[in-house]
Amino acid sequence: MDKLALQIEHLSFSYPGQVTNCLSDINLNIAEGEKFGLLGPNGAGKTTLMSILTGLLPFQNGSIKLFGNEIKNKNKSLNKLFGFVPQDFSFYQELSPKENMEFFGAWAGLTRVEIKKRSEELLEIIGLTDVRNKPVAQFSGGMKRRVNLAIGVIHRPRILFLDEPTVGVDVQSRTAIISYLKELNASGTTLVYSSHQLNEAELLCDRIAMIDEGKIVANDTLSNLLSLHNEKGLEGLFLKFTGKTFRD
Amino acid sequence: MYKLWATFIKDLRVLSRDRVGLTLMFVMPIILVIVITSLQASTFELVNENKIQLIVCNKDAGELGKQFIHGIFNAGLSNIADVSKELTQDQVSNIMHEKDALIAIIIPVDFSSKILEKATGVSSKALTNMGVEGAVSEYTIGESVTLFYNPVLQKSYLQSINGALLSALQLVESKQILNSIYFSLNETKIPEALEQDILTNRIKINEIPVSKNGSKSIPNATQHNIPAWTIFAMFFVVTSLGSNVVKEKLSGSFVRLKTLPTNYLLSLLSKQITYIAVCLLQVVVIFSIGVGVFPLIGLPALNLPSDLFSLFIVSLCCGWCAVSYAICIGVFAQSQEQANGFGAVSIVILAALGGILVPSFAMPNSFHMLMQLSPLHWCLESYYELFLEGGAFSDVFKNIFPVICITLVIQILTLIKLKKIQII
Repeated sequence: MDKLALQIEHLSFSYPGQVTNCLSDINLNIAEGEKFGLLGPNGAGKTTLMSILTGLLPFQNGSIKLFGNEIKNKNKSLNKLFGFVPQDFSFYQELSPKENMEFFGAWAGLTRVEIKKRSEELLEIIGLTDVRNKPVAQFSGGMKRRVNLAIGVIHRPRILFLDEPTVGVDVQSRTAIISYLKELNASGTTLVYSSHQLNEAELLCDRIAMIDEGKIVANDTLSNLLSLHNEKGLEGLFLKFTGKTFRD
Repeated sequence: MYKLWATFIKDLRVLSRDRVGLTLMFVMPIILVIVITSLQASTFELVNENKIQLIVCNKDAGELGKQFIHGIFNAGLSNIADVSKELTQDQVSNIMHEKDALIAIIIPVDFSSKILEKATGVSSKALTNMGVEGAVSEYTIGESVTLFYNPVLQKSYLQSINGALLSALQLVESKQILNSIYFSLNETKIPEALEQDILTNRIKINEIPVSKNGSKSIPNATQHNIPAWTIFAMFFVVTSLGSNVVKEKLSGSFVRLKTLPTNYLLSLLSKQITYIAVCLLQVVVIFSIGVGVFPLIGLPALNLPSDLFSLFIVSLCCGWCAVSYAICIGVFAQSQEQANGFGAVSIVILAALGGILVPSFAMPNSFHMLMQLSPLHWCLESYYELFLEGGAFSDVFKNIFPVICITLVIQILTLIKLKKIQII
């Protein structure tokens, strides 16, 4: 395997007061430059895993290494290495996209000049140059998703965690987002993508892991998984691994 | 440094778009300070210039009733309305309601005759005691002067009215006794000049406010109210800042902040700088209104202390304390409702304990300990030291020191909580 971007070993996690583990003995290796999909039904543990990987939730059992650095040590400088696009809109609604980028860019460690250059570039890519000075609160859901993505990548992270980045957006915005993510990956950024959108995962990911009830139940390239389990599409494969019962 | 600057700009932008917060922080205190000062100034005027109307029902047919009324007028109760002497007590009280008058007096029918009888009796007793022979005449005290008052009248003001009436009454009685003694000794009427010398040329009371800088300016409602309500306004930033901290904490933006390579303390530092600037701006705006606008609307102008450096330091420390308190509330609160509700109510309680709503000297002893725990008390004392007592920085420091200590305690509590919930 190529050089590892992310290495997870024996990670277990439970929320305070919870008897059963939310995540049990997770082991994953993601190589640099990979487009990795993390799929699973509701409540499977995807968002919890994302939160742990981005340092939002502390963990005790197991080890997570980001480009060889143990994240348990809570070294804030490691946060420069990754970008995060959370499921919820993570910016100031009362500010414009430009103002949000100026602020989050500074917090990501960029200089004033770098922020200016990168903001203009990203606003152009996400098609929001014309409305760069309008408060984000006035934007549609799709526009907000694009702003959410742009802020997450403003500092050109080496690895990008995406938690349901296209939820609730129209086809145009989704296409734009997926297309940009591919470009980003082509330029060397590792993608860790979590979603319910199986068709998106098929389009985007080289390799997928399926997670259910806190455990990794499948982890391979999509073509290998399909041929190994004799399925024609990801949806059939998904139901095979996770069953048909409701998980809400 | 650029991170801090960018955060400060972000906070300013967010604040400038929070119209409700800005209204609460600037417009409301301005309205409050104008309304409270106007009310207090008119109360001071009412009490000090005795503008309350006095209804007089003089049933006395003699001259002394008229002299008594004249004495009341001279004692300062200049707004006198005479009503018919035929009125009963009930009718007088009805007129009070009709005219919305707060006080009325009824001078009894035998007022003059009884005072004259007393004057003759007292002078005969006095002359007998002095060895001048003569028959001692007996006298009885006449019917009382009846004072009606509206129960809304404050006790202190009623006492001041009572004092004026007693003073006028005493003057009438003393004059008659003096006349009677003089007539008994000389069998002529006392010369008017002598009567004036004895009765009216009294030693005056010279009132001098004692201030540390030797200034003899008389404190007014503005000097009391503007510093007090400015402090209240500063602490009221809790409604904007406290809920702003909670809002950020609960919003998606906070998730992103935690994943970026910058400590959240920077955000709190920026908020402190932003809101301390807001507090200082509140001070400038409210004090400017006191100096420039108050005289235009008929209120006494605010006299700024001569030591402007101390004024700046006091304002800075008060602002820092107010902002620290607001952040602490925001960090501990679980929702914006909690921050707004607890924040606002706690400020009103601390203001009451601190002497903003009720003068601290009027507090019961049992509250003195609690009063000293209120940062608003120490802030107010610091401002009063400058505005009313003309103190210098050394005088102010003894009050500012507790403000700084309370602020540090609040900051430590905030840091402990942030550490506990793993935000820093």
